Amino acid sequence: MLSLDVIVNSLPLYVSGAWLTVKLLLVSLLIGLAGAMPLAVMRSSANPLLSYPVWLFTYVIRGTPLLVQLFLIYYGLAQFESMRQSWLWEWFSSAWFCAVLAFGINTCAYTTEIIAGAISATSHGEIEAAKSLGMSRLTLYRRILLPSALRRSLHAYSNEVIMMLHGTSLASIVTLLDITGAAREVNSRYYLPFEAFITAAVFYLGLTFILVGLFRLAEKRWLVHLAARV
Amino acid sequence: MQKLLVTDLHKRFGSNEVLKGVSLAANAGDVTCIIGSSGSGKSTLLRCINLLEQPHQGTITLNGEMLNLVADKDGSLKAADPKQLQRMRARLAMVFQHFNLWSHMTALENVIEAPTHVLGLSKTDALERAERHLQRVGVWHRKDNYPAHLSGGEQQRVAIARALAMEPEVMLFDEPTSALDPELVGEVLKVMRDLAAEGRTMMVVTHEMAFAREVSNSAIFLHNGLIEEQGHPKQILVDPQSERLKQFLSGSLK
Repeated sequence: MLSLDVIVNSLPLYVSGAWLTVKLLLVSLLIGLAGAMPLAVMRSSANPLLSYPVWLFTYVIRGTPLLVQLFLIYYGLAQFESMRQSWLWEWFSSAWFCAVLAFGINTCAYTTEIIAGAISATSHGEIEAAKSLGMSRLTLYRRILLPSALRRSLHAYSNEVIMMLHGTSLASIVTLLDITGAAREVNSRYYLPFEAFITAAVFYLGLTFILVGLFRLAEKRWLVHLAARV
Repeated sequence: MQKLLVTDLHKRFGSNEVLKGVSLAANAGDVTCIIGSSGSGKSTLLRCINLLEQPHQGTITLNGEMLNLVADKDGSLKAADPKQLQRMRARLAMVFQHFNLWSHMTALENVIEAPTHVLGLSKTDALERAERHLQRVGVWHRKDNYPAHLSGGEQQRVAIARALAMEPEVMLFDEPTSALDPELVGEVLKVMRDLAAEGRTMMVVTHEMAFAREVSNSAIFLHNGLIEEQGHPKQILVDPQSERLKQFLSGSLK
């Protein structure tokens, strides 16, 4: 039978873990999105000097596991004396900073590809219409290409956000007490792995449920123009 | 007063020469119809005027201001100064075969977009313009709908209102009724007739011979990248001189 009392007693640990998970997720999504918008524009540029470096970046990040990236940043960089002496060390010695950085870079690469795909799928006619009315390139991107591409990215992006939520569980490996970290703590304290991890699973499920709901609201708000006529 | 002057326009796609030296002029209030069979270069000609296609040779002059062109990498010509091109395009609004409304904006937002973000009008002024033009093309009651929720005829009328809101000196129409269901063609042609009647300068690539005959005061028949015959439509469309135009008209009046 499930030891419910263990679960109930550990709930405060899970709740603070969930708060850390949410913070990790939000900060890395913010970093990822802020980076992805200019990178996606560069990626869809006709100029290879702009598009090639971005292609390489997304290729490398998407081609390696998030856990390996996290280990490289958290353990790998610490190996170098010059890193430990530099002013950066104050940041890179923090597990929280390293986790957010690794997650941010990772989601940035995936988000870049999502937005770049949506930009290149923009109707050619809409771009010509903007040009024919005298829009500058900057206005064209700011008013036509990005708003329409970001809207069309919403569905694929909701997937990325949920994947990232689950990705944050790797933070527990670099000592952070997120939801998974809480579960590992409970497991080592009581040696009840099923109770420990099923509770974590329920917390992730709850967060996913909220995220899916938020994206549904966002799609209602921003994707009416693609909806069937009512 | 001469509004638009195009001289010796050449354009090729690869080795296929689509325009082989076309010149035309339009005075204020002229409605010029450009006709010809498909592949004759008529859309390309129109799209070269606002540089949506880059010509290989020729000049474009709008209201006395000549567009400065320089050679691009591939041998075609591009605008020397993007700012000048943007300024001229804003005075040469275009209406497309497939409407090309911005799909993420409502009809009203489509119409106020360029006046506010290209001409720098205030939101209030742009809204006032948009209301006037959407009213006159008869789709004001549909202003809050997205393009995907409008009929083809309504979309094209919104697109005409979008072009009108720029208060352009010349309006370019690229087969504006070709993508419409037959029963929707009339509503768009009616709007264009009204525009012609109020003295707008218009260049219309069209297959609507009745429209060309009754509304325009100048017709150009393109064949194989050259002007085969031109003149007053009542003359050349009724009594064509060249064999090609005779053939073309007998085909299209069936």
